[in-house]
Amino acid sequence: MSVLYQIFVDPFAQMASAPDLLAQTVWEGFVGGVLYALIALGFVLIYKASGVFNFAQGIMMVFAALTLVGLHEKGMPAWVALGLTVVVMYALAWGVELVVLRPLVNQPDIILLMATFGLTYFLIGFGELVFGGNPKEMITSQLGLPSGAVDFEILGGHVTLQKLDVAAAAIALAMVLGLALFFQKTRIGRALRAVADDHQAALSVGISLNQIWVIVWFAAGLVALATGIMWGARSDVSFALQVVALKALPVLILGGLTSIPGAIVGGLIIGIGEKLGEFYWGPLLGGGIERWLAYAIALAFLLFRPQGLFGEKIIERI
Amino acid sequence: MSETTPDVLLSLENVSLAFGGVRAISDVSFDIRRGEIRAIIGPNGAGKTSMLNVINGFYTPQLGRITFNGQPRSRMRPSEAARQGIARTFQNVALFKGMTTLDNIMTGRNLKMSRNLFWQALRHGPALAEEIEHRKVCEEIIDFLEIEAIRKTPVGKLPYGLQKRVELGRALAMEPKLLLLDEPMAGMNREEKEDMSRFIVEANRRLGATIALIEHDIGVVMDLSDRVVVLEYGRKIADDVPDVVKSDPKVIAAYLGVSH
Repeated sequence: MSVLYQIFVDPFAQMASAPDLLAQTVWEGFVGGVLYALIALGFVLIYKASGVFNFAQGIMMVFAALTLVGLHEKGMPAWVALGLTVVVMYALAWGVELVVLRPLVNQPDIILLMATFGLTYFLIGFGELVFGGNPKEMITSQLGLPSGAVDFEILGGHVTLQKLDVAAAAIALAMVLGLALFFQKTRIGRALRAVADDHQAALSVGISLNQIWVIVWFAAGLVALATGIMWGARSDVSFALQVVALKALPVLILGGLTSIPGAIVGGLIIGIGEKLGEFYWGPLLGGGIERWLAYAIALAFLLFRPQGLFGEKIIERI
Repeated sequence: MSETTPDVLLSLENVSLAFGGVRAISDVSFDIRRGEIRAIIGPNGAGKTSMLNVINGFYTPQLGRITFNGQPRSRMRPSEAARQGIARTFQNVALFKGMTTLDNIMTGRNLKMSRNLFWQALRHGPALAEEIEHRKVCEEIIDFLEIEAIRKTPVGKLPYGLQKRVELGRALAMEPKLLLLDEPMAGMNREEKEDMSRFIVEANRRLGATIALIEHDIGVVMDLSDRVVVLEYGRKIADDVPDVVKSDPKVIAAYLGVSH
């Protein structure tokens, strides 16, 4: 009886009695969620266009952040380093298209997945070779990102927002919306969906596969750069950071691998869900449930919608 | 010689294509005249689909000369062939299954759209006008093919016969100079075949598309086409108007076998 009370009544009573704490928790979950969504978006873009589950997405994020910080360390002004990093990400997209995708076109998915493993190790090695393997500090203030916090006196208490979090959420939202618009509403977007469905048919209406792949990998590279800066600012820039990308997996399961809105909604559900769960239900289990809660939520969704919340319906003819 | 005649749209001279040791096409020459319906027939494995793949750039022949629209061409990628006005359909329907009928047909307008992505994303200004204009063309094609009712249906859900029609629509949306149809009536019943024949004839007469057609139904071929080229084991064995081809002993032998 008391267990049921603790699970089903007490947490909600706590939420109602301290709405400012609830708001604080939801906000933190929201910021995390938006960043998860951004990482998931990188996966979705590449999966949609080339049918590849890009294992290297996490490393691309670290590599982009490392390039940015490394170039700055070598004496470049922050904005020049940022511009140059964008160029590097473009070169990476172009190189992946030329060296990995083009020779492996029409190979089974598993081959392409293995190729992204290879890409992962290449990026780790190359990054360490050029910039060294030590953890570095993100150049937050040099990029003009704010620091400090603002306090709000609301809901009979106060809520603290880190300015960096606000900026992160704003930038991530802008990127997510921009990319969603770009890929849903433009000619390139239609071409992208066409390529995802049928390579041959796409070629026959004059879509260039190579061009689409470069665009998509470049977009994923930009997303990686943005997430790299945001996560790098919250901890260090080091290769350990790539585990954050693992958090994108439950988001992808939840949202569906092929859906941009799914990545966004999935990210928010996971981000807010895990913070609320940790804060209100965590003590029941001795705390620390944040680490696996995301996967549990995803698993629960998987039982009812195997294609994800927004995944394309699996149509099969017999 | 033949490419100097003004009404020739595409000419192939001594084209050969091999995959490793397998010769798919050996020394084949023929031409397609502007405005005609040209049939390519032959038994299974005669190299008909390979021929279409050569024409739209999926394959590059090892030997031979290809002249399209007065321009000789060497290596050509499919997207360039599309840009020059060659559209096609496939033997096994190749549609974008997750997209609606309308979106599938809109992809055919891909090359005709301008590149201002910024305005496209915001659905504003010149891009909106452009989108509306292309949409209009597509609606006309949808009316023409009598598929208004399935405009918004994802094509993966459609029956086979309708998918074939949507695929033709996508090719027509490209306003092609040359339309390649790979077995447009395969697996259809008689009624569906009659509909499809009507669309092909009208696309040719009314929309002015030059058509190259692969088809197994000899009756349909004889009715539709202006001239017929017959392939067997990658070689050309006949090339003439339907009536002559029909009574050619080599063609009859290829289809029915020879008694020894």
